Amino acid sequence: MSSRDLILARIRAAGATPAGGVPRAYRGAGAPADPDLFVDRLTDYRAEVHRCAPDAVAATVATILPPGATVAVPPGLPAGWLPAGITALPDDGLTADRLATVDAVVTAAAVAVAETGTIVLDGSPDQGRRILSLLPDLHICVLRPDQVVAGVPDALTRLDPRRPLTWISGPSATSDIELNRVEGVHGPRHLHVVLPAGPPA
Amino acid sequence: MSRTFLGMPATAPPGVGHLRGDEPFPAAARRALADPQLRRNLGHATTTIRAKSGAVIAELPDWQQLRDAGSAIKADVMARLPELLERLEAAVTAAGGVVHWAADAAEANRIVTGLVRATGHDRVIKVKSMATQEIGLNEALEAAGIEPVETDLAELIVQLGHDRPSHILVPAIHRNRAEIREIFLRAMPGVDLDLTDDPAALAGAARRYLRHTFLTTPVAVSGANFAVADTGTLAVVESEGNGRMCLTLPETLITVMGIEKVVPTWQDLEVFLQLLPRASTGERMNPYTSMWTGVTPGDGPQAFHLVLLDNGRTAVLADEAGRAALHCIRCSACLNVCPVYERTGGHAYGSVYPGPIGAVLSPQLTGVADNASLPYASSLCGACFDACPVKIDIPSMLVHLRDAAPHPRAESAAMAAAAYTMDHPRLYAAAQRAARLSRLAGPRGRGLPPPLSGWTAGRDLPEPPPQTFRDWWAAR
Ligand code: SF4
Repeated sequence: MSSRDLILARIRAAGATPAGGVPRAYRGAGAPADPDLFVDRLTDYRAEVHRCAPDAVAATVATILPPGATVAVPPGLPAGWLPAGITALPDDGLTADRLATVDAVVTAAAVAVAETGTIVLDGSPDQGRRILSLLPDLHICVLRPDQVVAGVPDALTRLDPRRPLTWISGPSATSDIELNRVEGVHGPRHLHVVLPAGPPA
Repeated sequence: MSRTFLGMPATAPPGVGHLRGDEPFPAAARRALADPQLRRNLGHATTTIRAKSGAVIAELPDWQQLRDAGSAIKADVMARLPELLERLEAAVTAAGGVVHWAADAAEANRIVTGLVRATGHDRVIKVKSMATQEIGLNEALEAAGIEPVETDLAELIVQLGHDRPSHILVPAIHRNRAEIREIFLRAMPGVDLDLTDDPAALAGAARRYLRHTFLTTPVAVSGANFAVADTGTLAVVESEGNGRMCLTLPETLITVMGIEKVVPTWQDLEVFLQLLPRASTGERMNPYTSMWTGVTPGDGPQAFHLVLLDNGRTAVLADEAGRAALHCIRCSACLNVCPVYERTGGHAYGSVYPGPIGAVLSPQLTGVADNASLPYASSLCGACFDACPVKIDIPSMLVHLRDAAPHPRAESAAMAAAAYTMDHPRLYAAAQRAARLSRLAGPRGRGLPPPLSGWTAGRDLPEPPPQTFRDWWAAR
């Protein structure tokens, strides 16, 4: 008997009986997102938030980057998001060693959760491979206004589970020393979120 | 033993892994209680986490509804496990992964060791995983000439300090910042000798130390918090980014996961991703959660292996009154609220699973004869049940397991004392009040809370009236 068959036989012999249904009385998807709450929650976990005019993304990114910075760039990042005066390194298969030495990375995101202050990356061309947002010490993430949703259930309905997903809530941190949250372990130690306003109503 | 014939639920075999302690709980607890620094470290850490967790749970108007859903999803999973595992296997395989089945710890270790050997490399990076600790994977890898490098800060502290983990979530919870600094200065190659005990400086030291290892190690081993049967998606919930490093940088990823971790649908994650961070680290969301489905061409590991582990889980499943222990999402909330854990720390429990959940899960995984004192490592105060995000009724399970446990002679007096107290409702209520008061008193509360104080307070326990003891046994 293979271990597969053995384990499945053991489970069947254990005889757990069907339970009732699953009550889903918790808040589901569909509530409107509160952008102020999102900013509040991001800030609470030490992400820095920059609200700007719709056409001011590049200017805002420029204020975050150190002068002359080398910046990793996902292949599909909107060209208008990058300021002049930086060294842009398009990701055409950059090695890990190279990425570990760049100053920053600029990405888009797939969706963001207001209630938890979370951004989610899904590896689309404007976000790139997972390694891009992992090795540089400064991650600048630009969100489009319609990408912020109210809660975790909303985010899951928008995401495709077949894509590699990274949920990010603040900079890298640990609770391992006396159970206090301390920022700055292996992931980027600086997370900046740029929030361009929607088109005026 | 329950391994009577093939295909019957089986307990975890002895001689491999870390589910059995070297001594009974009362003996180990007595030593822990004699260490005032340990008690201070634990008291400080658990007080911090209880406050944080309470605050973010209070923000959610639907916490109880989420707990109800989480509990029901897990019960449903246990009833449909064969079907869900087969679906998970099909989905992972379709996405380019390879699924392996391990009946016990020895087989899981063999599978992982063989997979690492096949890559031709002799070092693996590891992201903290209870399953791989449970099966003793590091020892098995070392025996095969493969170096496992723990990358989680607390695991690193444990590994460098040649210590044992003492908490599900924060294995080095028994160490304070000054002790961590000493361990780093003593055992971390290349460490800055001016290192202070500022937590940010300690975290920075770990970052510098591990960076090169992350960039040069092509094989990683992880656990998993959840696996979605419908989609084949695996999820790892973490804080530091070491998980992302392990799940993203290597060429080969090997994930070891208990069979109970499967959830049916993608939507089910909306429940657990809200329950877990708030109950465990007391955050609205942990810094990083990674999800992946098989292999993504051009992004991350191009070889993915999933090892599905039984190692006693089917024996737990076979016990109707105990199977809900498999619902556990390893948040550690029950440890953080437990008056016994707060005084003894995790080492006293012997198993990698300490605290209230360990007191029920370990004896069930090994067979209760091999962990006979653990079901008594509780005052039955009920705090764990209230704290558990998936509503596992640990106190009832403990009483059930006490029924099943053989009673070694050495422990009978303490057990009798416990039984005597619990047999007298007024006395018991008073003991509970005393336990609560002694917790409020903070560092001054020393021994175990009543009725377990009999284990540690003195050697000359008065024999309780035999009549009462028997009555108590009979009444349960
Ligand atoms: S038993 Fe409940 S509270 Fe304890 S670790 Fe498991 S899920 Fe958390």
